[in-house]
Amino acid sequence: MTDDTQMLELPLGEWHRAKGARMVSFAGYAMPIQYDGIMAEHLWTRENAGLFDVSHMGQLQLKGPDVAAKLERLVPGDISALKAGKMRYSLLLGEDGGVLDDLMITNTGHHLYVVVNGAVKHQDIAYLRANLPADIEVVHDDSAALLALQGPKAAGALARIGIDPAQDGWPVPTDLYFMEAGPFLWRGVPLGISRSGYTGEDGFEISVPAEHAEALADALCAQPEVKPIGLGARDSLRLEAGLPLYGHDMDPSTDPVEGNAAFAISKRRREERRFNGADRILKALAEGPVRKLVGFSVEGKMPVRESAPIYAGEMQIGVVTSGGFAPSVGAPIAMGYVAASHNGIGTRLEAEVRGKRVPLIIAAMPFIPHNYHRRGATK
Amino acid sequence: MTRYFTDEHEWIEVEGSSATVGITDYAQSQLGDIVFAEVPAVGAKLTKGGDAAVVESVKAASDVYAPVSGTVTEGNDALADDPALVNSDPEGAGWFFKLELDDVSELDGLMDAAAYKAFVDGL
Repeated sequence: MTDDTQMLELPLGEWHRAKGARMVSFAGYAMPIQYDGIMAEHLWTRENAGLFDVSHMGQLQLKGPDVAAKLERLVPGDISALKAGKMRYSLLLGEDGGVLDDLMITNTGHHLYVVVNGAVKHQDIAYLRANLPADIEVVHDDSAALLALQGPKAAGALARIGIDPAQDGWPVPTDLYFMEAGPFLWRGVPLGISRSGYTGEDGFEISVPAEHAEALADALCAQPEVKPIGLGARDSLRLEAGLPLYGHDMDPSTDPVEGNAAFAISKRRREERRFNGADRILKALAEGPVRKLVGFSVEGKMPVRESAPIYAGEMQIGVVTSGGFAPSVGAPIAMGYVAASHNGIGTRLEAEVRGKRVPLIIAAMPFIPHNYHRRGATK
Repeated sequence: MTRYFTDEHEWIEVEGSSATVGITDYAQSQLGDIVFAEVPAVGAKLTKGGDAAVVESVKAASDVYAPVSGTVTEGNDALADDPALVNSDPEGAGWFFKLELDDVSELDGLMDAAAYKAFVDGL
C-alpha cells in the first residue's frame, strides 16, 4: 500500500479521504487518484460535472512595469496583446527553445496570474526569477487552493451556489466565455474564476483561499450534478481531449512545433523573432519539424502505454508518450512522437508491447470533440 | 478442492494435480476498472513466481504471477471479450487460466483463506 507519510498535504487532503478517495503521491503531494472508479468518474464528467482538486499546481503572480513584454522573452505567445480578463495557453521556453513547462497566463488587469504544473513549479519559479528583469516580482501564492469544475453541467451547478461579481454591475461567472477570467465573491470570500480546464469540456477553474476550500468543495458537491473526480479520470479525460501532459508528451527536449503547440506561437512574435530558441523554433515552423506529436487509435483492446516503441515495418520511427484505455471512445488511444516522414493522419504503424506488435493508426485529435463555451459560437 | 492464496494476490484452486488460477477480490479492487486481460497460451510452461498473465486497468498494466510451476491447459477466453469479469466475479467467472502442476509440494508455502484474510487486513 502507499505510504503517505512522505507526502505533502494539500488543503483538501482530509476532505478527499472523507469522500472515500484512494490517495497517491503526485508531484510530491497526497492526491486522490480515484473515488468510485476511474471509468465511472470519467463518464460522469462527460455527462454531468466533476470537481477536481488541482491545488498541487503553482499559482503565481508576475508583477512590475511592462511585465507582459518582459515575459515574452521566455514564452512565444502575444502576452502584450492579452486584454484584462483574458487568458492564454503558452509555453515556458529554455534558452535553446525546449519546453520547460506549459502554462496558463491571465491578465488580471493588475498583474499576470500564471498557473504552472505542480511537478515543476519550483523550477519554474527559480527560472522566472533568474530570467526576468529585477523589477519583475514573481510571487508564489501557496495560500490558495485551485479547484476545477468540469463538464456540460458545470455552469448550471456553479450558478446555483450564489457567486457574486466582485463589484456591482460586473459579470457573474457564467457570463465568462472560454479562456476568460475574473474576480468574484462567494459568501464574502474572494475567488478568481476562469472558464477553462483540462478535460475538453466546458468548465471553470476556481482559485480559492485555502481556508475556504472545503466549504466551497462541499457547496459544489451538494449540487446533484457534481461529484469529486480523481487524477485517474483527469488523465483519461485530457488524453481523449488531445491535451498534452507536461513531463510526458512534452519536456525540455521538445520544442513547441514538434509538440503540436505551434498555435501558441503568435503571429507578431513569429515576425519579431525575439524569444528563446526563436531560430530553432521558427526553422521547425517553416520547414516542418523532424518529429511530431500525434494521436493514435489502437486496434484491439490491449492498451499501448508510455514508452512503447513505434515501428514502421522493422524501423523504429517513434515512441508513445501517453496512452491508455479511453472510456468515452470505448477503446485504447495513445499519443506519441513519430518521424515527420510518417506523421500523416491515417498512417498505419505498430507499437511494441511486451514483445508483441499492436497496430496503430494516426488519428486526428481531439478523440472526443471539445465542448467549450466559446465566444461567438452558436449553441 | 482446496483454495490457496499468494502474497501477490493470486488465488489457486487445486483438485488433484490440476488447478485454476485467478486474482483475488482485493487485487481487483486495488486495480480498479479492468479493460484488458491477457492469459497464457495452452501448453505454456510456467515457473512459480514467474510472469503468467497480464491484467490492465484504465491506469496501468500489472503482471499476474504463477502461484506454482506447471503447464497451462486452458486460458479463460471469456476475458478477451469481457475483461470486466475480473472486477465483477474475480474468484469465479473471472479466472485466468488452468494448469497441470509440476510439483504439488509447491503449494505448501501458500496461504489458506483465513491466513490470506489476515494478510490483507494487515496491509
